Amino acid sequence: MSDRLSNLRRLEAESIHIIREVAAEFRNPVMLYSIGKDSSVMLHLAMKAFYPSKPPFPLMHVDTGWKFREMISFRDETVKRLGLDLIIHSNPEGLAQGINPFDHGSSVHTHVMKTEALKQALTKYGFDAAFGGARRDEEKSRAKERVFSFRTASHTWDPKNQRPELWNLYNARVAKGESIRAFPLSNWTELDIWQYILAENIPMVPLYYAAPRPVVERDGMLIMVDDDRMKIRPGETVEEKMVRFRTLGCYPLTGAIESDAATLPAILREMLIARTSERSGRLIDHDDAASMEKKKREGYF
Amino acid sequence: MDFTDHLASEEVVLDYIRAQQNKDQLRFLTCGSVDDGKSTLIGRLLYDTKLIFEDQLAALERDSRRHGTVGEDIDLALLVDGLEAEREQGITIDVAYRFFATDKRKFIVADTPGHEQYTRNMATGASTADLAVLLVDARHGLMTQTRRHAFIASLLGIRHIVLAVNKIDLVDFSQERFDEIERDFAALGGNFRFETVVAVPMSARYGDNVTSRSGRMPWYQGPTLLEHLETVDVGEKETAAEFRFPVQWVNRPNLDFRGYSGTLASGLVTVGSNVTVAASGKSSTVTRIVNGFSDVDSAKAGEAVTLVLRDEIDISRGDVLSRSDERPAVADSLSAHVIWMADAALLPGRSYLLKIGTRTVTATLTALAHKINVNTFEEAPAETLALNEIALAEFSLSAPIALDPYRANRTTGSFILIDRMSNATVGAGMVVKAERRASNIHWQALDVDKEARAESLRQKPAVLWFTGLSGSGKSTIASIVEKKLHLEGRHTYVLDGDNIRHGLNKDLGFSDADRVENIRRVAEVSRLFVDAGLIVLVSFISPFRTERQMARELLGEGEFVEIFVDTPIDECRKRDPKGLYAKADAGQIANFTGIDSPYEAPETPELQVATVGRDPEAAAEDVLNHLRRAGIIAANGYVFGGEGI
Repeated sequence: MSDRLSNLRRLEAESIHIIREVAAEFRNPVMLYSIGKDSSVMLHLAMKAFYPSKPPFPLMHVDTGWKFREMISFRDETVKRLGLDLIIHSNPEGLAQGINPFDHGSSVHTHVMKTEALKQALTKYGFDAAFGGARRDEEKSRAKERVFSFRTASHTWDPKNQRPELWNLYNARVAKGESIRAFPLSNWTELDIWQYILAENIPMVPLYYAAPRPVVERDGMLIMVDDDRMKIRPGETVEEKMVRFRTLGCYPLTGAIESDAATLPAILREMLIARTSERSGRLIDHDDAASMEKKKREGYF
Repeated sequence: MDFTDHLASEEVVLDYIRAQQNKDQLRFLTCGSVDDGKSTLIGRLLYDTKLIFEDQLAALERDSRRHGTVGEDIDLALLVDGLEAEREQGITIDVAYRFFATDKRKFIVADTPGHEQYTRNMATGASTADLAVLLVDARHGLMTQTRRHAFIASLLGIRHIVLAVNKIDLVDFSQERFDEIERDFAALGGNFRFETVVAVPMSARYGDNVTSRSGRMPWYQGPTLLEHLETVDVGEKETAAEFRFPVQWVNRPNLDFRGYSGTLASGLVTVGSNVTVAASGKSSTVTRIVNGFSDVDSAKAGEAVTLVLRDEIDISRGDVLSRSDERPAVADSLSAHVIWMADAALLPGRSYLLKIGTRTVTATLTALAHKINVNTFEEAPAETLALNEIALAEFSLSAPIALDPYRANRTTGSFILIDRMSNATVGAGMVVKAERRASNIHWQALDVDKEARAESLRQKPAVLWFTGLSGSGKSTIASIVEKKLHLEGRHTYVLDGDNIRHGLNKDLGFSDADRVENIRRVAEVSRLFVDAGLIVLVSFISPFRTERQMARELLGEGEFVEIFVDTPIDECRKRDPKGLYAKADAGQIANFTGIDSPYEAPETPELQVATVGRDPEAAAEDVLNHLRRAGIIAANGYVFGGEGI
């Protein structure tokens, strides 16, 4: 058994293999960098994959204009520290129309400033492969996603036309205009990600750690007042609370959780306790206030 | 013990996490049909290892009340059956991957639902699995599909099997029934190469012997399913095997560093190891091994590293490094078990892209030795291979590649086949052995192939080979057929014996040897024209069966249409359009077919056309009707300036 790679080392090697395979087989790949924990792990793996060379592809951030300020500064520090090329793309039409999450709602904002913006950028730069940090354990529908996920020339995914994927042999053939989304973290779970961050000491956006932050309770979520574009509605009060974020995105759309976990071990402890409670195997009473509290802490809204 | 208290301090958490970091990973596959309780079993494992969050659990309880099939209990199958709903929406379900972990191991489960695509899906899931769980319903015992599951698992190189005898509660926890099923499995035959087969009696629905020991089967002393999964030694065959390193990427940041990046397919490499490039035979010594950001002394199977060598030898992506005294075969021809995964059949003579390790070459199917029936393990001759069929096949390659038998190495012995036009992955192969080819001169592989040309001409290329005596009417009929094809918009060309003898074959006489050479050249020219996408009409006496057979073999399946223009010699002599019979009878021409040189009539031509008392137009119509029946031209083909037929 001692000859066998540990879970984390096996995942790491598999991801590096995938990243190198994309770099070797595609003409013009790009790594989508969303600044979050999964992106940070993926970027770390890319740095390892080509060391002592730099990754032979640029990073790209699709900026909706509403990311947390700390994300943007972390992004800029990271590319500077690593000496990488970063492409920043925002949807110019969306910007011109002033699309924003407050006035247009999350689905319009996300569609115009994220989905459409990404397609624009992929077309504009002619990328034939784009790395993403998605994992199969995120939700049921992703459980069957390929490592190399084929996209048509119009960037659409045809679920009936996915290629069988065997061994570690990835089919990288695409016709002109077609592309592949490559997911090197497919087989990682959320716990694997956090364990790897701890083991490798990977820098993270401070927003993942608990700190006193100004928040407003809105539609059942704790929304951080990150800049003065956020208008406080009548009846709302800005409170300073110890909060952290389990996922990062546009600040008006991302709920904080109340937490004291200001260090990585503390975050892991919180996660493990959440799982431990499930270990008891009790059936949960849905009206139980403690249960709701726990759900809040886990960010399930 | 309450785990929450256990995690009281950050130090304890850190210790716990660090211990967790050393746990290993097991990838396994579950095989069984819907009724065997496969979804329930996976649901049970996820549930009992508590990978289900509370909100999922709450949803599950609600769903169970609404859709469940097990009364008041939670229906665990609903946890994973989201896929079934997706199938109803027309989304292809092939392989879904699920994750759970215990303190000992992390598990990745390949779940392959669906009956129709079963072979393809199971092969895909099995390709990365260390172990397979074969579900058997205790009431029904081994079924045809159990044989199939065992066969595919063995074919894909899975060495560890769990025979999950499920629904044991429905046979009153009977030890006799369990023993009987275990014995039946051992007696399956099929020459499986399993290292361990462990049978576990269980009830996935109630949890007996899945994650916790059942109190209802005191006669069973073996492990629970989870205990076995946590402890089974899936070995380190890969590390113990010969060193293989397919080069993925040449790492050259500056003039001072030149490394070769890749993942060790097998074996071990240390600084100071002597390594050889399989294809060129060039050798050098490893001076550095870079793993991540650090230099290390050694690396083993599965690790992704960068090797630096002492000498600057020519190495590029696709090369395979090995030890000098343990080299893989290098061959431009191979035999392999192939699983076909596409709707369009695998055809002899057709070329595909073959990706093995980090190398992609062009491969042409040269022979199908036999198909293998996955249910009975019987072998049967095969002309083509359809979706989900398995065969032993031979391929010739556009360049020599390094390879190992799949049985010895799952990485350097496996390949995928890619369709050159659609870029789809159409097949998976497991190398049986390298083959030697008689000649090392092979075709230049070109990206635009016969299929592509034919497609751009919108037709199926073929050779219409008209054979018959001089004066039988071959050229007349061929000429009419060509005109009619032309009217339908087909691209054609006529090779006429007399005309060819004025040019290409003007150096040839009428001796038997020259007749053979005459036909050989015409056959080769026909083949080139077919390759160009044309319908070729050959009008040659071609008196010998062997040469017509040779021409047939040069072409692909269904491309050679032999048309025997059956006119008796007396009728030919009567017609004698060129006055040749008169001359031959007068002794002015030697070696005249039918007079002093033999004509071997075809025994089983695709078409036999009688001409006596018939209009040549009618004979030509016979030919066209045959082409429609054979699918070479469309039955209701488009007609330019006329009516469709």
